[in-house]
Amino acid sequence: MRVWKFGDDIDTDAIIPGRFLTIYDPAELAKHAFEGTRDEFAKEAREGDVVVGGSNFGCGSSREHAPLALLGAGVKVVVAKSFARIFYRNAVNTGLLPLVCPEAESIRDGDAVAVNLADGYIEAGGRRLPIEPVPGFMKEIVDAGGLVAYAKNLDEVKRCSTE
Amino acid sequence: MAPVDAAMIHDITGPLAVRVFREMGGERVFDPERIIMLFDHQVPADSIPAAENHVFMRQFAEEQGIHNYDLLEGVCHQVVMEKGRAAPGEIIVGTDSHTCTYGAAGAFATGIGSTDMGFVLKFGALYFRVPESILLEVEGAFGKRVGAKDLILSLAGDIGADGATYMALEFTGRAMREMGMAGRMTCANMAIEMGAKAGIVAPDAATWDYVTARREIEPFDLAGDEDAAYAERRRYDVTDLAPQVAVPHNVDNVVDVSDVAGTKVDQVFIGSCTNGRYEDLFEAAEVMGDADRFADGVRVIVIPASRTEYLKALRAGLIERFVEAGALVEAPCCGPCMGGAFGLLASGEVSLSTSNRNFRGRQGSTQASVYLSSPATAAATALYGEITDPREV
Repeated sequence: MRVWKFGDDIDTDAIIPGRFLTIYDPAELAKHAFEGTRDEFAKEAREGDVVVGGSNFGCGSSREHAPLALLGAGVKVVVAKSFARIFYRNAVNTGLLPLVCPEAESIRDGDAVAVNLADGYIEAGGRRLPIEPVPGFMKEIVDAGGLVAYAKNLDEVKRCSTE
Repeated sequence: MAPVDAAMIHDITGPLAVRVFREMGGERVFDPERIIMLFDHQVPADSIPAAENHVFMRQFAEEQGIHNYDLLEGVCHQVVMEKGRAAPGEIIVGTDSHTCTYGAAGAFATGIGSTDMGFVLKFGALYFRVPESILLEVEGAFGKRVGAKDLILSLAGDIGADGATYMALEFTGRAMREMGMAGRMTCANMAIEMGAKAGIVAPDAATWDYVTARREIEPFDLAGDEDAAYAERRRYDVTDLAPQVAVPHNVDNVVDVSDVAGTKVDQVFIGSCTNGRYEDLFEAAEVMGDADRFADGVRVIVIPASRTEYLKALRAGLIERFVEAGALVEAPCCGPCMGGAFGLLASGEVSLSTSNRNFRGRQGSTQASVYLSSPATAAATALYGEITDPREV
């Protein structure tokens, strides 16, 4: 399991270009992941590999095709210094775990990587780097296996008033 | 969890939302009258898969009793606004990141993914983190041929692409009060380019005039509390603001037009949910003045944001002027901004666009370059074939 390292402001157009948005199957989307940005990713990414970015990972379009393309490539975890809001939610909702790691920039491309959620760190290139805990409400959804699984157990949503 | 007043889905992200709705065991949507459906990203269908998506969505609309604007009306955010589907104080979600546009109507509106939308279609509610707010006090009056797009580009440059992540931007000040609804929509539209969850312009008489002309609704007072806590207050003055350009490949990479003047372009695109309204087309035509031809070797693509805006421009003679000058005027849709339909760029090509994103590969090849500007700067650039300060035309 290796690290695929990217820089700051990786946008969802880079993760999956607009011309592939008629595709919905994660495995098919994965064939075009990072196409034109990093062509070897689609060919060489393996189950359990980890994508690492800098700040503002996943900015831009709300396309859920982006986390799906990564999931289709076998990626289960994305680590970044910070995430764009919509991508973060989409990742949680589809079962791709977004982990905030303040030292993500020090992780190198190709590093061997392992995630230890229970103890709150990732090990990359032989070094342990702390990760921020996944916030409470998000954790419930991740624990349920994503928003679809979470919603299946709901008969009715308890709505709060906006008054 | 908060109830939503309206939910917008389109042809690209809608099919996935419907699939999720089904996976969640959804049979009937929470309220068909609160769901807005339309197609704008790949219209008329540019591929067989796109056509299949349209059919899939039409069948869903019919089955659920949802009014479907289909591909007839235009770009989603313009249509939601002009059909009066957004009003002050409402909570609106859409499966498109530029849903924040409806903040121009005083709504809290934000873009969500398809799984979140599947949940909304079923339950009519969604979990939200209440955002902190940044107050933007925009004072002064714009100079000649400088306006809303230049302001929002300069704000993106100042605040940065992630400077407002998860926050709400609240636009106030003289320049905002004196700005028409078209300009306010341009500003709110690009809140997402700073990572913001919403961009809201405090409702005033202009807001209510716009909304009440489109929907039966009684105006009420809605404003930030005087003692509201802001994460940050930022003050700007637009009086000396020059035309702004975002240079490749990030929206916050913003310079004065003079810094990039003379850059040769292959394509100019005037349109999108950011700048495809009548006012934008008028601004472009005004810069054209008496000129009767765009520069040789430049492809000028003009796409009004909606059928209504197209008709306004047509009746005012703007469309005729653009076509005579050599532009391709297309039917309302997202066009090159979507980067998947038409108007794509080859490697090495350069585009100047009035849309909202210049990411690498956004409008075609990852080896192409996209600059962003106002319609005035786009028109000046189209006339000379190189990036040009509209004040010098």
